[in-house]
Amino acid sequence: MTSRTSTRIAASSHPATAEIKESPLPLPEMWKSQVETQMDDNEKILAWLEIDLDTQLRFTKGVVVLTSRHLLARSEESADWQSLELRPGLKLTRRDHAGVGSLELFDQEGRRALWRYTLQLDVAAGRLIDRFTRQLEFLATGALTPPPAHALCPKCETPLLAGQDECPVCSKEELTPPSTWTLFRLWRFARPYRWQLLAGFLLSLATTAATLVAPYLTMPLMDKVLIPYQNGKPIDTGLVTLYLSGLLGAALLAWVLGWARTYILALVSERIGRDLRTTTYEHLLKLSQEYFGGKRTGDLMARIGSETDRINLFISLHFLDFATDVLMITMTTLILVSINPWLALVTLLPLPVIAFLIHTVREKLRTGFERVDRIWAEVTNVLADTIPGIRVVKAFAQESREAARFRAANQHNLEVNDKVNRVWSLFGPTVTLLTEIGLLIIWAFGIWQISRNDISVGVLTAFLAYIGRFYTRLDSMSRIVSVTQKAAAGAKRIFDILDHVSSVPEPANPVHLPAVTGRIELRNVGFRYGTRSVTRDISLTIEPGEMVGLVGHSGSGKSTMVNLICRFYDVSEGAILIDGVDIRSVPVAEYRKHIGLVLQEPFLFFGTIAENIAYGKPDATREEIVAAARAAHAHEFILRLPHGYDSLVGERGQALSGGERQRISIARALLIDPKILILDEATSSVDTTTEKEIQKALDNLVRGRTTIAIAHRLSTLREANRLVVLDRGSVVEVGSHDELMAREGHYYELYQAQARNVDTENGSEGNEEGEEE
Amino acid sequence: MSLTPDYQLQRNPFGKLIFTGSDGEAKEAVPVRAFPIGAPDEGIALVDPHGHELAWVERLSELPAPLRELIESELASREFMPAIERIVDVSSFATPSTWTVATNRGETKLILKGEEDIRRLPGPALLIADNNGIQYLIRDRYGLDTHSRKILDRFL
Repeated sequence: MTSRTSTRIAASSHPATAEIKESPLPLPEMWKSQVETQMDDNEKILAWLEIDLDTQLRFTKGVVVLTSRHLLARSEESADWQSLELRPGLKLTRRDHAGVGSLELFDQEGRRALWRYTLQLDVAAGRLIDRFTRQLEFLATGALTPPPAHALCPKCETPLLAGQDECPVCSKEELTPPSTWTLFRLWRFARPYRWQLLAGFLLSLATTAATLVAPYLTMPLMDKVLIPYQNGKPIDTGLVTLYLSGLLGAALLAWVLGWARTYILALVSERIGRDLRTTTYEHLLKLSQEYFGGKRTGDLMARIGSETDRINLFISLHFLDFATDVLMITMTTLILVSINPWLALVTLLPLPVIAFLIHTVREKLRTGFERVDRIWAEVTNVLADTIPGIRVVKAFAQESREAARFRAANQHNLEVNDKVNRVWSLFGPTVTLLTEIGLLIIWAFGIWQISRNDISVGVLTAFLAYIGRFYTRLDSMSRIVSVTQKAAAGAKRIFDILDHVSSVPEPANPVHLPAVTGRIELRNVGFRYGTRSVTRDISLTIEPGEMVGLVGHSGSGKSTMVNLICRFYDVSEGAILIDGVDIRSVPVAEYRKHIGLVLQEPFLFFGTIAENIAYGKPDATREEIVAAARAAHAHEFILRLPHGYDSLVGERGQALSGGERQRISIARALLIDPKILILDEATSSVDTTTEKEIQKALDNLVRGRTTIAIAHRLSTLREANRLVVLDRGSVVEVGSHDELMAREGHYYELYQAQARNVDTENGSEGNEEGEEE
Repeated sequence: MSLTPDYQLQRNPFGKLIFTGSDGEAKEAVPVRAFPIGAPDEGIALVDPHGHELAWVERLSELPAPLRELIESELASREFMPAIERIVDVSSFATPSTWTVATNRGETKLILKGEEDIRRLPGPALLIADNNGIQYLIRDRYGLDTHSRKILDRFL
């Protein structure tokens, strides 16, 4: 059913159809004038690399320039140029270790030169080497091999796909900090509710206005009713009734408006919160495996849970409150000034002091709250670490240690909170104190003015009534400082997620592949995780329907290769093609529909067995589910369960054995009927008897599909058409079992090592190779 | 005390260390520290290019001087963990943030992708990984000057 294609090890052998004009980027001025003194008249600069380390690994700028006849180098600190003439037999290589790249020049006798750089220049170094090699060839043969024909990103050498102008790898690296105006970006979530928010705002405005009526009425009550009565005049009942009903009316109006406002805002608040959470979670799910690898569960849970809550409260309540407070203060000020400008001036005297206080505390509190957030995430992280690993904790009797760890995290949390609270607790009472002092000033100034007959007693009463409300507002306004800071800190953490562009980006101009034959081609694939290059220059073609086994020590790059083929990660170099189409130009979800994955640790979601089998195809009929389970040899054991296909599995559900879980996950893969099947150590967590049953299930699954299988036990790969032996990230051997045994190379060694261990193997371990180290 | 090991080390013209074992077989070797942060001078392995261990050095000081110097020089040329002595400036307190730092290997800029790239080591030390994966060490965060400590505090 397959043809045996040999691995293509040769580097990009695609004939260059159109030669791209080669011109190096201009050399920076500081080097250029100096280099020219080192060159002959007809010598040209072909390529250059600005290095940032010297040989002692100190941060020093330097440059390596390739001209048509020499390799010239100089570091910033030395005055002399190092000049090496190009001649046959020279070899320029690069290697890297712990974030430092080394560029070395060798001839037959030994190393001629060594330059160092930080890894960000690695790609540029690769370009220099490529140009160097081709120039040597040119000097030897007189013919210049053209550079690779397909368009490459000028910065990182990633091949650009058809219709792609911007390199997906470079543009994804957003390394600028988020702006401090993060909170305004929340408008995106508030926008759908802008009318409700406006209504809420107007209602709060009206409520405020209604509450301002009452103090105003105290003025005539005092001046026209009470004072005249004290001076011997009878009380005017009509006037009193009028004023009192005015007070009641204002109070009732404020009550109704306040109720409407609170209700509307509460509704909006919940909706914004819902949108924020859903959007963040949906975005999170789309991020690549890489993102989840670098984050801790507890932290992400805290972000989506409590941070969103805090933000939506901010948008719908605190922010609007603040706006109304500002209006309220303006309105009050206007009223006060209209009554008596001098008294108003005195009343407003403490305002700048409070404003200053708010400003100084703001800075302290913001950093404090950011720390509180981080520490809180730390606390949840301890929980998220320990609870899933509870078996290990108990097995090693480390409960007290874990408790101590949690206690320490809590203690840390407490300390940070204490620190913030020290500032924060001082804040409220200080505002109250200022309020009292303000009242005192008004009393003193008011009495003095009354004694001079400048104002009436009524005016002073009104001022005192207003000012009570006025300072309360200032107090609540001061709270905006902390909520704004909290919300801003939360918003930053949310946008950290939302701004994170998936490192497996969706193509700009997607190519749709409704049906595939399952031909997979890896072209010079390399993958780098941080500074460690995990796989290097892998080229392999897998024909439709072929079964390929990946073999190698742990850490040899087998799982990485599978992750790359599944597009959990994107390749750092080279390309992976399915039916001749780069997988990066196919929409991710569409591409994965063609792939069935069976993992070593099958993950079952909480739900029924039927739901778990139909996970990849939720609209599957019962017949399809049963058929898939039958093919996966899961049907019979499912029927033995008390509730059959409706039994609950997953967390706290029916306990299933490893083999049973595995067969359910095989059924899951069978149901979506993928063209490409990936078995990642599918049988290594079970004993040999179970393995045989799973193997039978797998045989059904493999039929007619392109299969890539990873297995520790080489015996399970007997069915494979070809075995690909990986060692430290590169393909070292390809061939059938017999061919590879005959070759007595890497595979032979692996096989022998396992054969020796067969006697001691008790069937439940898969770590034979580890012992060989 | 000084033990005489049953192997030899030489540097060849290609700049590689060559290990000659008691069986007389010569192989390329690379020294690797087992505890690069916790105990850099204890437990150094000589491994071949395939990662197989050739020899184990319990303590560097136990080796005869020429051998020790050879290993030390090779380690020095392979190890790159600049120690931050001063944080000059940061572009922002929100990550990703560009830090200008003075290290024992000169002044440089590093990009911190997120707070989680700052790893707490036992005691007062911190290990900071930049976006290229270079590890920067802060030996004693309480021993930094006030300005640096203030900046650092915002990220912890």
